[in-house]
Amino acid sequence: MKKLLIFGLLIFIGVEILDVLSEVPFGEDRMKVSNFYLEKSPEVLKVSNVVTAIVVNFRGFDTLGEVTVLFLAAAGIGSILYRRRSVHTELNPKRTSTEASNIVQAGAKVLFPLIILLGAYIFVHGHLTPGGGFQGGAIIATGFLLMLISYRKFFVKHSGVTWIESIAGIVFVGLGLLGMVYGGTFLENFLPAGELNSLISGGIIGIIYIAVGFKVGAELTGVLDTLLNISQDEE
Amino acid sequence: MSNTLIVITIISLFFLIVAGIYAVIKKDLLQAAIATGLISLVLSILFYILQAPDVALTEAAIGIALSTIIFVLAIRNTKRFEDN
Repeated sequence: MKKLLIFGLLIFIGVEILDVLSEVPFGEDRMKVSNFYLEKSPEVLKVSNVVTAIVVNFRGFDTLGEVTVLFLAAAGIGSILYRRRSVHTELNPKRTSTEASNIVQAGAKVLFPLIILLGAYIFVHGHLTPGGGFQGGAIIATGFLLMLISYRKFFVKHSGVTWIESIAGIVFVGLGLLGMVYGGTFLENFLPAGELNSLISGGIIGIIYIAVGFKVGAELTGVLDTLLNISQDEE
Repeated sequence: MSNTLIVITIISLFFLIVAGIYAVIKKDLLQAAIATGLISLVLSILFYILQAPDVALTEAAIGIALSTIIFVLAIRNTKRFEDN
């Protein structure tokens, strides 16, 4: 009976959403502001990836809010789950119940620098190719996750993570304040735009995305390390 | 879209629905978590086909790797099978 009710509710919600969405044309140009972004990003900002131009420049303040939300989430997880401070400085045998096999360890050793390189490439080239700070940071955290679950002796220094996170956040807000000084508004793009399709272009966009990449990577790595260390603590 | 892309899209959507139903009805939570990861994998392919590579990258990194491992850690610290 309960399941029937749930299925009925789901079908009702689906029909209602379909009813609304059927009147919205798919893939048609309805937004007037999007054309402004599409024209202005390559011409004025010299940024070839329009998504990055929107996320970091036109909607830069929203990105600052997103970074703050992620920071608060990481801080919340740390404050609730982070119990034993001394555990992280030495070998923690409780992280994994069994040692990973030699094949996994050797593979992790080979893949780890490549994953870090890919993540760094994605956030450094955020204004040229798809991706950016968030994606690159998440990929870097994935690399650290691979090492954390393969090697029992591998650990991440939490003080280092905190330093990287804080400096990256200060760089983001500091660039915003410098924009206020030189341009007039918060996060104004005050640096020269440079040339289209070159690595040093787009003014402050590249610097902000590098800072966001470091910040997201450090935060997610810290979260994963905390979660892995808390595992099986009671047993 | 070319015909090949449409076929790939239809197969992906089929996998998406099957994996979603599997994740909901399965009592073994570890298998359900892996099915959730599979949903993210198929979704990231679909985002790429729909010409949203930025979203596809995010979905690939967060959905497949990070959220799946967080589910697995939660299952490890609680219990593996769902009660009736």
